[in-house]
Amino acid sequence: MIGKGVKCLLVAAFSLFCLNSFAQENGESNQHIHNQGETEEKKEETKKFDANEVIFGHVLDAHQFHFLSYTGSDGQLHHVGIPLPVILYSPQNGFSVFSSGKFHHGEEPHNGYQLVTQEYKEKLLVGGYSEEQIKGFRNESIIAVDKEGRPLEGVQVYDFSLTRNVVQMILALGLLVWLLFSIAKRYREQGSGKAPSGMQNLMEVLIIFIRDEVGKPNLGPKYNKYMPYLLTVFFFILINNIVALIPGTANVTGNIAFTLVLGVISFIVIMFSTNKHYWAHIFNPPVPGGVKPIMIPVEILGIFTKPFALIIRLFANMIAGHIIIICLISLIFIFGNLSSGVGWGFSPVSIAFTIFIYFIEILVAFIQAYIFANLTAVFIGQAFEGSHHDTDHHEDAVIV
Amino acid sequence: MSLLFVLLSTVAWANAGGAIGAGLAAIGAGIGIGQIGKGAVEAIARQPEAMNDIRANMILTAALIEGVALFAVIAGILAMFV
Repeated sequence: MIGKGVKCLLVAAFSLFCLNSFAQENGESNQHIHNQGETEEKKEETKKFDANEVIFGHVLDAHQFHFLSYTGSDGQLHHVGIPLPVILYSPQNGFSVFSSGKFHHGEEPHNGYQLVTQEYKEKLLVGGYSEEQIKGFRNESIIAVDKEGRPLEGVQVYDFSLTRNVVQMILALGLLVWLLFSIAKRYREQGSGKAPSGMQNLMEVLIIFIRDEVGKPNLGPKYNKYMPYLLTVFFFILINNIVALIPGTANVTGNIAFTLVLGVISFIVIMFSTNKHYWAHIFNPPVPGGVKPIMIPVEILGIFTKPFALIIRLFANMIAGHIIIICLISLIFIFGNLSSGVGWGFSPVSIAFTIFIYFIEILVAFIQAYIFANLTAVFIGQAFEGSHHDTDHHEDAVIV
Repeated sequence: MSLLFVLLSTVAWANAGGAIGAGLAAIGAGIGIGQIGKGAVEAIARQPEAMNDIRANMILTAALIEGVALFAVIAGILAMFV
């Protein structure tokens, strides 16, 4: 990925850095050498475009909102973004709370902690660590390091930071609560007789859609009990999906942990609405006797595969969409690596494709939220479905 | 023979497997969603009044099939990086 010349310069820079760190503990002298090493590295920032790093840097979680980076007139790389609070706990060092700006994007350790980035991993490789040791470190994770910046074994760091996923979730939550509470207030004051106005129009369409297309057909007369949950799930996923399409925001619904929790909550809601007939069908499926030993394990597995499919479907759809968008834009830079002219010439094509995919992604945002809510409603309906054996025996008039 | 072994060992099998798997999943999704589209368009042709219902069901079913195809894409990505 990186040319040989760059590697030589990195070795030189890191050796200078280490030599001076070992030689003296003087903070000021360290700072000077560090800056010198830094400027040498920054001159090599015009290294080749690494699509892998860009893609996963965008779709995974991070400790700051990163909007753009540019090489300023002084040759230094400047990052424009919002640093977020880092909250760490380690049994050895206790609680630490500080801004992630102190990490300077992984260039320096702070308070004995280091943010793992691609550059840090390369520094370690150059400094003598093996590939397998480096593989264990995840980008954007925080590890404990000693004064020279080498990873400390055996120090467990628990990361409770407000990462960008968390902050975006809280913002989406705030938006959700504000929107729906203001509509609820309007209904409480005016009643449902008056014509809707403003935001109420849009929300009413969606709420009635969920009630009539998702709630009533699947849940029958008991739909009112489950409407709060279905509406919450639908709007939360929808708002997070739409916000994630804005460049610079975090990819919340494309995070397996987020969808896992949503799936588990749906699973709990489904389990709480099961009745006797449901379990009778699981453990005594109405199939011929010979097939029963096969069907019973399949049915038991089916209890878990349905929420699992919900989890993976939402996660895969959202992360695939984001990766496609980033890949199409990265194509410009990959072609730019070949030659500047090809890069410029390809950009209209790439941008046209990206706009097209953006429209599809907006559609997918709505569809995936609707499907999650719909399938949850279907599974809940299946859980408390009454026995339908009685309806199978019709009293037909037998004409002999 | 040893050249064959050398060649076989230098190919990035995990990446190749992941990419081929994702491509096969795309073929499957294409065929499946194409058949949904075919059924939906024929149904609309037979009964144009039902167009809205048919369209809603078509989009829902297409998203379900896409979910299955993306299972395979995730499996391909796992093959590459895990």
